[in-house]
Amino acid sequence: MLTITIAILIPFLAAILVPFIYKRVPSRNVGWFVLLVPLALFIVLARFIPAVSSGETYIHTIKWIDSAGINFTTYLDGLSMIFGLLITGVGSLVILYSIYYLSEREALGRFYVYLLMFMGSMLGVIFSDNLMVLYVFWELTSISSFLLIAFWYHRKKSRYGAQKSMLITVSGGVAMLAGFIMLHTLTGSFSVREIISTIGQYTGESLFLLAMLLVLLGAFTKSAQFPFHIWLPDAMEAPTPVSAYLHSATMVKAGIYLVARFTPVFGGEAIWFYTVSCVGIFTLFWGSFNAVRQTDLKALLAYSTISQLGLIMSLFGLGSAALNEGYSADSVIYTQATFAALFHLINHSTFKGALFMVVGIVDHELGTRDIRRLGGLMSFMPVTFTIALIGSFSMAGLPPFNGFLSKEMFFESMLNVRNLDIFAMGTWGTLFPVVAWIASVLTFVYSMIIVFKTFLGQHQPARLDRVPHEAPVGMLIAPSILAVFVIGIFFFPNVIGNYILRPAMAAIYPPFEGAEGLVPYIVAWHGFNYMPLLLTIGVVIVGGGLYLFLRYWRSVYEIAPFSWTLDRLYNGILVQAEKGSSHLTRFYMTGYLRDYLVYIFAFFILAVGGSMFVTGTYLFDLSGDAPITINEYIFVFVMMGAGIAIIFAKSRMTAIILNGVLGYSIAIFFVVFRAPDLALTQIIVETVTTALFLLCFRFLPEWKKEKTAPSTKVINAIIAISVGTIVTILALTVQGNKMFESISVYFEDAYELAGGKNIVNTILGDFRAFDTMLEVVVLFIAGIGVYTLIKLKARKGEKDVEDQ
Amino acid sequence: MKINDVILETVTRIVVFIILTFGVELFLSGHNNPGGGFIGGLVLSSAFVLLYLVYDIETVQQGIPFDYKKIAAFGVLLAVGTGVAAAVFGVQFLTQTASHFNLPVFGDTELSTVILFEAGVALTVVGVVVTIILSISEDV
Repeated sequence: MLTITIAILIPFLAAILVPFIYKRVPSRNVGWFVLLVPLALFIVLARFIPAVSSGETYIHTIKWIDSAGINFTTYLDGLSMIFGLLITGVGSLVILYSIYYLSEREALGRFYVYLLMFMGSMLGVIFSDNLMVLYVFWELTSISSFLLIAFWYHRKKSRYGAQKSMLITVSGGVAMLAGFIMLHTLTGSFSVREIISTIGQYTGESLFLLAMLLVLLGAFTKSAQFPFHIWLPDAMEAPTPVSAYLHSATMVKAGIYLVARFTPVFGGEAIWFYTVSCVGIFTLFWGSFNAVRQTDLKALLAYSTISQLGLIMSLFGLGSAALNEGYSADSVIYTQATFAALFHLINHSTFKGALFMVVGIVDHELGTRDIRRLGGLMSFMPVTFTIALIGSFSMAGLPPFNGFLSKEMFFESMLNVRNLDIFAMGTWGTLFPVVAWIASVLTFVYSMIIVFKTFLGQHQPARLDRVPHEAPVGMLIAPSILAVFVIGIFFFPNVIGNYILRPAMAAIYPPFEGAEGLVPYIVAWHGFNYMPLLLTIGVVIVGGGLYLFLRYWRSVYEIAPFSWTLDRLYNGILVQAEKGSSHLTRFYMTGYLRDYLVYIFAFFILAVGGSMFVTGTYLFDLSGDAPITINEYIFVFVMMGAGIAIIFAKSRMTAIILNGVLGYSIAIFFVVFRAPDLALTQIIVETVTTALFLLCFRFLPEWKKEKTAPSTKVINAIIAISVGTIVTILALTVQGNKMFESISVYFEDAYELAGGKNIVNTILGDFRAFDTMLEVVVLFIAGIGVYTLIKLKARKGEKDVEDQ
Repeated sequence: MKINDVILETVTRIVVFIILTFGVELFLSGHNNPGGGFIGGLVLSSAFVLLYLVYDIETVQQGIPFDYKKIAAFGVLLAVGTGVAAAVFGVQFLTQTASHFNLPVFGDTELSTVILFEAGVALTVVGVVVTIILSISEDV
């Protein structure tokens, strides 16, 4: 279906239009225009829900590099639909929110361009069936999120956070690319669907395991799993709408998507099962543990996101076990974990999005997010408080909010692990529910911190710069809608289960399609003897106690040696890399043009001359040459004369003009040898460059003879003579060697094939148009480079942006 | 810097139009005769360079108020765009096509999509060359 392909491209097209609109309308209204894009896409996608839930999938291919198996193939199935709905749905709300959040003085045009780029690339990631296309979009999300995080680039912290997230996610992405290529080597296909359909044959191969680990590296870095989670808290320097979007609903979920998408490929392998579930569960614990000690609301949410992503990840890991056994009544029970993961994915997007927006409102209205300065805001901001209450109670896993349902399913899956008799889970299985429960207690604690430390307790006007008041209505709309979803999903969970999660389950478990029990009936009440409910009650009791006595046990966080954090390791690597590369660069970048020419020519002599010498391919065969006419002798001597005269030139002018003589003589040679195109080009290029030289050299000081040491002169002479000799030998050798059949015959058909009588032109415009196109691009970049180097210098007295 | 050179100025006034015409002629005839986008663009830009050399930048800028950076950017977009446009018609990237038309004045004329591609090349060349020369000469 072409619709999906167009859906990916629309945000990019809109991004191109934004700067034009930004110039013409009041800047606030740009947001309304941008809002139309995700809204329209959401409606389009929503119209697919009935068809997709009845098992339909849509595929559309645009040929790109067909010979290499790289095509722009889009694929819509249940799994990509969930993510598509989240991206466009939450995207619409985030843009609606940002219209009111961002002041008109901000560079709104730039902001929306980045946001639309990001949205388009996310849609590309989830709808691409081709691994290479997926990879391109994947890195595009990294780049556009880099731009978004660094939106306030005058802040040092923003730049640091943007760089950190970029470095970590892009290096993970490159690892993933390597994994994709290995998969291609194994299966001979870049299409995810084809790989899934043939995967059974490759499970034993060692390359298969390596590919799996590399792909996982990409997924883990993107969705901030331990130990790559360190970028997420720093990415909070972005404007809050960005945080709400990137870090609750989209970018971090790309990693989750990848794991889900590749579960049918790698699932059932013990290493996949262990890596995904253990990394996930540890991230769950580590994130929740660290969230409790944060004093900045946004940092707290960052760690909570890390923790929740770990939860989803661990569920996907456990769910993959079902693929190992194949379909049976016993194995279906493990698929519940995957179902819980998908369900929690949606729930997390709703409540975390709402919470991010609430924190944004607090920050916007009070100018601070520091928990120690906040308190007692409930009476000033009743609506915000209500939304915060709904969001954090859902996150804590309390009824009647959607987080409760997925949390119960999470506990149930974790309890089921104990019964898993594959992968030696009998012994280790008990650890999972224990860690999960501890992490849930901590989750409860930080959820309570968010809502109660901010909105209850003592109001401290002395510590606040502004008088608190309720946010404008526009800013409250988006989080309210999300809050409505939080409650709505609790009461009608099976709508989501049947229409949205069912097709996704089918996509993750292709062999189980249509199996009974794959999509459970979600109920909120299982009776008192239901183990997960007891666990939840335990969470509330213990968590409540921990929250009340927080200040007594907070000192726990001071025990650990904090000089050994991962952040410190990252910063250390960064500093060392900078030092090392600056040492290396200083070693060869001497600032003397002569040195650079020596490097270039020395390399040329060694590589070309050396290989000619070693392989003995030099040849001196003049037998096939045409006789040299007297005119040609004359031109050659003119050129030689001009060349030698340059050495003895007394002024720059003379040198330039002599250089021009060389160029024009070559043009005459082109005329003699009947290459009018080249002759024309040569003459004009020569004219323009001579004019350029004259312009540049007018500003240079008088030309003085330099005093160079004799040893330098000798080296220069040796290099000059060797290069000249090698080029001469090369030119003569090329004459005599014919390793391949000449391809010029092909171009003789230029008139039939391209409709042009001028072969040179048809080569440039038709046969090798790709070269020409890229040359034009290079030329353009070079021109812009010259322009920026010369024109965009900081004015005197202007402060460098980076110093702020 | 203002050069007071009456002969050069007078000659330039005429010659510039000859060069420009020649450039356009080269550009249009490129597919069948020597010429094409690159050379045509270079010839056009050499005319501009001559103008800037003879008159000063402000004077020329008043007469031809172009932003050459934008011209270059437009050229690149046009060149790449013709390639992408091919994909819209369901053929491979950068595929060009040509056919003959019987036009009222010109008679049997060959029209080719290459001309659009080449126009992009020519505009880029003009834009970049003049941009570079202007930046360097203004940098005092």
